[in-house]
Amino acid sequence: MFYSISKQGINFLASFFVLTLFTFALANFFPEKLAFLYANQIDQSLMANHGTNYDLVEPNLFNSYLFYLQQLFDGNLGISSVRGTSVFSEFFTYFPATLELSIVALLFAIFLGVPLGILAARHKNQWQDKSVVSSTLIGYSMPIFWWAMLLVLFFSLWLGVSPVASRIGFEYDISPVTGFMLVDTLLSDQPYSLEAFKSALHHIVLPSVVLGTVPLAIITRSTRSSMISILNEDYIISAKARGLSPVTVLWKHALRNAALPLLTIIGLQVSTLITGSLITESIFAWPGAGKWLLEAVYRRDFPVIHGAILAIASFVILTHFILDLLMTYLDPKLRRKK
Amino acid sequence: MNSQSQFYLHTRIPSTFYLWWSHFKKNKLALVALVVFVLFALTAIFANIIAPHDPTAQFTEFVHLPPSWYDAGQTQFVFGTDYIGRDLFSRLVLGARLSLSLALVVVLLSSSIGIFLGVITSFSNFWLDALIMRIMDFILAIPSLILAVVIVAVIGPGLPNAIYAVALVLIPHFVLTTRTAIRQEKNKEYVTAMILDGASLPRLFFTTILPNILPPIVIQLTFAFSTAILEIATLGFLGLGAQPPFPEWGTILSESYNNFMFASWTVTIPGLAIFFTLLSINLVGDGLRDAMEIEKK
Repeated sequence: MFYSISKQGINFLASFFVLTLFTFALANFFPEKLAFLYANQIDQSLMANHGTNYDLVEPNLFNSYLFYLQQLFDGNLGISSVRGTSVFSEFFTYFPATLELSIVALLFAIFLGVPLGILAARHKNQWQDKSVVSSTLIGYSMPIFWWAMLLVLFFSLWLGVSPVASRIGFEYDISPVTGFMLVDTLLSDQPYSLEAFKSALHHIVLPSVVLGTVPLAIITRSTRSSMISILNEDYIISAKARGLSPVTVLWKHALRNAALPLLTIIGLQVSTLITGSLITESIFAWPGAGKWLLEAVYRRDFPVIHGAILAIASFVILTHFILDLLMTYLDPKLRRKK
Repeated sequence: MNSQSQFYLHTRIPSTFYLWWSHFKKNKLALVALVVFVLFALTAIFANIIAPHDPTAQFTEFVHLPPSWYDAGQTQFVFGTDYIGRDLFSRLVLGARLSLSLALVVVLLSSSIGIFLGVITSFSNFWLDALIMRIMDFILAIPSLILAVVIVAVIGPGLPNAIYAVALVLIPHFVLTTRTAIRQEKNKEYVTAMILDGASLPRLFFTTILPNILPPIVIQLTFAFSTAILEIATLGFLGLGAQPPFPEWGTILSESYNNFMFASWTVTIPGLAIFFTLLSINLVGDGLRDAMEIEKK
């Protein structure tokens, strides 16, 4: 177990190292190069000497990289060239919104996808299976920006039951504590906190359905295929032969064994969710990290672009690492491996 | 000697492609999808003959004309017109040409680089292999669209840059597929025999191993093709790919997005085009995978 944990730790560090090399190279393509990292360190005398000359960057590439790493570990990602605020703190104001949306979307995908997959596996090649499989194919082929617009068209414009933008009704004033609107509304001591919670819930439904569609299709398909292969195993047949009820066999014996490969698939959805949040957030005006990055791209706000890719990619690498550790812990086969 | 031995039964040994096809055509859904895809491809090839109007021509007296099946619609504009009076049908037909050909370019680019790297990694020493695989793992770790958006942000928005970005994002999938497939075949006896016969690396790959690893690569190609169409459209929608007035499907959608409350057909119809293209490719891919799996068994 120690061997595999240390191996995963080294993998994680290597990935992070490659990431910093990449973002470092990226930053050198920016018109202001690394100068944005110096932005809050330049004192006035230096400014007087150099004037508007931004070429303050260390000419030696290696020293420059060391300085870059040092700044990263100090939490200095520079200053947004549009708003003048620290990129590092901006990330932590925008990212919880993305995280909240992604978690709700993932929960939607898991709680709908796993039962659907089991249903399809149980009725293999019958109409239930066929309809589930074809709807996953539809979900998988759906361009989500179009899917979002269709849902808005139907639920917001025709039926008028769902709001189209932002995280909460504008009449509520909720001060951020955790950054998760659903939690913050409940924590808030305003008299209308329950109404605000309802409003927040109301706002998150449509975006999370849009964001959860592709993971839903993937999770359903993989649940189905792993359940089908497990239902043919000997231990399932023997459990059935002992007269256990089909429900027990299915939910206790089969699902527990399908859960591990499923966890890997769910872990891979982190990337899908982040990718999807870029589109979903821009359509639903959701103030998250995806929208933050896109606006930075439109305004050519390079420090933010740099900070966003670094932070988002670190987050993905970190979650993959944690999931790997979790898998090692949960899977007896991996645990015993040297 | 009886009379039977005078004849010999001519059994035709079917080629692998024929066997794939014979399994594939039993799957009716995949067959329908193939027909739909071929129709889209033909539309793309003969786009300039099919399109009734110039895709950028503005008919200012027919702004936001609904599709022809509405009462207010006109038959000369089958799918209606957009917010500056351009014929939607012509734009979609030329968009089909654009989307499919761009996706083809992306797939050719990424598959040739990816397969090449995959071959290199599977026949090289530990360090080169580890280096290439680390880089590929890294590209895979960054969410694909984020990477594409950042690349476009740095080298500038526009169609060629979007193509490079999407191609780069797809490369690791080809490397991984090729590498895993070759690793499975590499130590088999027929490959060892070829190595002992002194086959060069290109010969070893193209004539010995490639025919045996074709199924995963073909499936990967269909997957990459649909991903490429989707990603190019997404970048177009976000305003980072093809720029207006280019009739690219994603760009058409982003242009119509502002007016979709009262001109919903300018959103639904282009979306349907993307959706059916992707669905048909994915169904064909699924059918191919099933056919190849049956053949393997």
